[in-house]
Amino acid sequence: MTRREPQPAELIDRAQTISFSFDGDTVAAHPGDTIASALFAAGRRTFSRSFKYHRRRGLMCCSGQCPNCLVAVDGAPGIRACTEPAREGARVEHLNARPGLEHDAMAITDKLGGPFTPPGFYYKTFIRPRKLWPLYEKVLRGAAGLGVLPEKQAERTLRTEYRRRHADVLVVGGGLAGLTASIAAAGQGADVVLVDDGPAPGGRLLWEGGHDQARRLTAQAQAAGVEVLRNAPALGHFDGLVPAWQDNTLHQIRAKHQIYATGAIEQPLMFAGNDLPGVMLSGGARRLASLWSVLPGRRAVIATSSDRGIRAAIALQDAGVEIVLVADMRSKPTATCERLRTHKIEARFGWTVIAAEGRRQVSRVTLAPIGAASSEHHDVDCDLLIVSGGDAPATALVTQAGGRTGYDKQFGVFALTETPPGVFACGQLAGEGTYQHAGPSGELAGLLAAEALGLAGGRAGVRRRELRAWLDEGDHVPQAIPAPWSPERARGRAFACLCEDVTAKDIAQGIAEGYDSIELCKRFTTVTMGPCQGRMCQLTAIRQMAAGTGQRLSDIGTTTARPPWSTVPLAALAGRSYEPTKRSPIHRRHLQLGASIRWAGDWLRAYDYGDPEGEALAVHASAGLIDVSTLGKLLVRGPDAGAFLDRLYPNRVSSLNPGRVRYGVLTSDAGRIMDDGTVARLDETTFYVTTTSSGAGAVEQWFSWWLADWQMDVELTDVSQALAAVNLAGPRARDILTRVTSLDCSPEAFGYLDARQTAVAGVNALLLRIGFTGELGYELHLPSAHGEHVWDALLEAGGTESLRPFGLEPQRILRLQKQHIIVGQDTDSESTPLNAGMPWAVKLDKPEAFIGRWALEHAAAHPGASALVGFTLPDGVVPREGAVVLDAAGDAAGQVTSARRSRQLDQVIGMAWVPSALAADGEAITVLDRGKRLTGAVLTTPFHDPDGTLVRS
Amino acid sequence: MSFVLTCPHCGDREVTDFAYGGELTARPREQPSLRELSAYNYFRRNVAGVQREWWYHRSGCRTWFQADRDTRTNRVLRVGLPGTLPQEDTK
Repeated sequence: MTRREPQPAELIDRAQTISFSFDGDTVAAHPGDTIASALFAAGRRTFSRSFKYHRRRGLMCCSGQCPNCLVAVDGAPGIRACTEPAREGARVEHLNARPGLEHDAMAITDKLGGPFTPPGFYYKTFIRPRKLWPLYEKVLRGAAGLGVLPEKQAERTLRTEYRRRHADVLVVGGGLAGLTASIAAAGQGADVVLVDDGPAPGGRLLWEGGHDQARRLTAQAQAAGVEVLRNAPALGHFDGLVPAWQDNTLHQIRAKHQIYATGAIEQPLMFAGNDLPGVMLSGGARRLASLWSVLPGRRAVIATSSDRGIRAAIALQDAGVEIVLVADMRSKPTATCERLRTHKIEARFGWTVIAAEGRRQVSRVTLAPIGAASSEHHDVDCDLLIVSGGDAPATALVTQAGGRTGYDKQFGVFALTETPPGVFACGQLAGEGTYQHAGPSGELAGLLAAEALGLAGGRAGVRRRELRAWLDEGDHVPQAIPAPWSPERARGRAFACLCEDVTAKDIAQGIAEGYDSIELCKRFTTVTMGPCQGRMCQLTAIRQMAAGTGQRLSDIGTTTARPPWSTVPLAALAGRSYEPTKRSPIHRRHLQLGASIRWAGDWLRAYDYGDPEGEALAVHASAGLIDVSTLGKLLVRGPDAGAFLDRLYPNRVSSLNPGRVRYGVLTSDAGRIMDDGTVARLDETTFYVTTTSSGAGAVEQWFSWWLADWQMDVELTDVSQALAAVNLAGPRARDILTRVTSLDCSPEAFGYLDARQTAVAGVNALLLRIGFTGELGYELHLPSAHGEHVWDALLEAGGTESLRPFGLEPQRILRLQKQHIIVGQDTDSESTPLNAGMPWAVKLDKPEAFIGRWALEHAAAHPGASALVGFTLPDGVVPREGAVVLDAAGDAAGQVTSARRSRQLDQVIGMAWVPSALAADGEAITVLDRGKRLTGAVLTTPFHDPDGTLVRS
Repeated sequence: MSFVLTCPHCGDREVTDFAYGGELTARPREQPSLRELSAYNYFRRNVAGVQREWWYHRSGCRTWFQADRDTRTNRVLRVGLPGTLPQEDTK
């Protein structure tokens, strides 16, 4: 591990050494290192192989912007080595190269060259013969992509959390401008959060000699009450909500105002071989040298369009790099360039780099004067080429917030022209990025945000005017605008897009094929679509477009910057794994009885106790007990309760006598079935409503909505969770019930559809004589806490010979025998009570304009094309639910909604939607299931006990 | 979509706490024609601007209330229980 002598700004703790593995080799690192800094210190120069040509790629930005150092860490691909902290024992592996990073077989595509890999290659080459596509696909899938996801995530190891943070001001970006902004806003009393994507706030201050100032400002911000979130990249701006991902937490930060201080992205240059390892952005080289004390190279050439490269030359020379030559694209030296002379660094003005070559990394670069007319050039041997092609403002987040950009002729970049109300931009993002201006720019933004909050008082107004005046003076140093690349200048590929290996030539070809808008060019060539999301390539692509089409840059415009702006694991967006589970208060008993438990909506329910058909038979033969606690249960109370329910149900409710129960369907104003259940009248002003298990929430919401609208004197209470419910069914149900209650249960005293309140096994309960199963049945509703007690008491009273618990599946057999519908299974959003075979549930002669009345009146006058009917299948095959019902012509005309084998009836029975013409007893229907045609007979009355003698017994 | 809505009972909450009930519609008072009924059931004005709409605090107090919201900006101008918002803003 080779390091410079200790540097004042370095982030590493030299006292400790840790190690991780890279492709199986052990790599030493210090705490504070990134994976990339440790690997670079250990001598590694090739970090990845490129997407298409499998060219060597090395460190370039060292700040998480470019795609060159993507690796897999502990099996998770797509991680940037230059920002990922080195951790003891981490298993780091390269991506996209076989057999290895140093010897990649697919590098042959680079030798074969362009003719084999033009843009649109897949679509053009593999379209014929069509039959071979499956083979092509298999091969291409193997060759394409960066990294492999494990096929099975055996156990999710990344546990993530959401955190909601409401604040007055959110500052995105912790550079000089952002820090100053946060201090200014907090100083006026605002509650401020600052998020920064680096390990410590400070931005460029950290590696450009201002680390002490960065630490001071950070401390000052924290002292002012600013919540500083480090390593927390902001992902996007969603209607004022800015998520920032930090470790395992997704901070969802909602501030009244946002201050964007996202800085700028240093742009690479276009020349032949511009992707070779050893070609590095000035920021990347300086970060390596000062934050991790690693020399980026020994002999360097610098090609720059601004003072940024000049300052890098001086800083790197001070660090011990031999600066052979500086090629400055500007024709005249600026004041900063004078310092080159004192440092004895040779510079050529009006010159730039046109080619870099080398086998494993840069070994020689070719420099030439700007302008293609001259053939003059100058070759230099070096192992490092620093490039600095200007600073493109990082406008993505602020444009997501509603900001606009426009082409800035002076700097040759797309700059912010407009920020939306309540959103502020400062620092380099706002074109105020020099050391002298970034601080005042941030302070002004902070004060403006405070003013918008109504906080800034006292001298703040004066200070704002001072700052504005200072910033308006400006001292913008001239910059050169890199010219578009013309391939005639030098042999070799010049990459516009490093992520997807798109060259200047590819863009030209795209234009020639007609893809002459930037959005089309993007989709055709895939430029700007890779992991860097246009950070490195957007501006270059636009310049190449302008050159190829003759359009002005301002007319071409930029592609849309969509979230996420920073790489984020999907797990962080998913948040904590949270699947709500509902269990009945009697659930433990089902487990003890060996029930097979299955999901039914949010509920875990006893599906059966091992013998669904036997359990169903037991209900017919003797008695069964089922837990129906999952039913929705509502208390509707008040003087208007009856009138309220009359407006909601298509049948009469207020005519119910106290102590009576009625079945009811709920319809929408379109007449469609929403839910069904029972209504029991407990006394003059109290109704007890049950709903389906899955519809409980929706019905409560529906009732309370109409109640809010109609403002009736009714009180609605959801008691679904408060009460357990069981159904005791079968010919012996009465005998069993009599053993645990003193209530007179004789048919005369407690008849069908009666409701009684009495003690059962010592527990106050509501008893409803209803029967979903078709046998004599009692539904008992009682406090949840006593659910197990009453369950136990009933089973004990019944004894194992005569009473058997039964689950959901046997209940489905039993109810199908009676053609009792299950809303949502036998019905859909088109079903009305009229076409679903329940016209008796609609009383169009009642006076109320109940919900659904008008639509049902219309439906009654215009019968629908299909109807829900029962059917039997003599073939003995149980069709799948969803099997198709065919009409006479053999076309699909309906579908099976339920089908079961009934051992009681020794028949296959079901329900299906069929053409209305077939909805009569004895009509033959054809069911197509798994390629087989089955012939069935329609039956519109219950299969079992059609007269309802048993249920009334 | 992401914004903060103020429940008249519970105060400021993320919009994900609530269920949306759509714009206020006027249920016909008298027997509607089929056209009127279909318009009521299926047509919405879908304004680009301020509309009065229903919200339900599903993950909170389970109250239905109304809000005047600018559909272009998600700015909520006011909220209130049914019948408490000024009439002139509903167009």
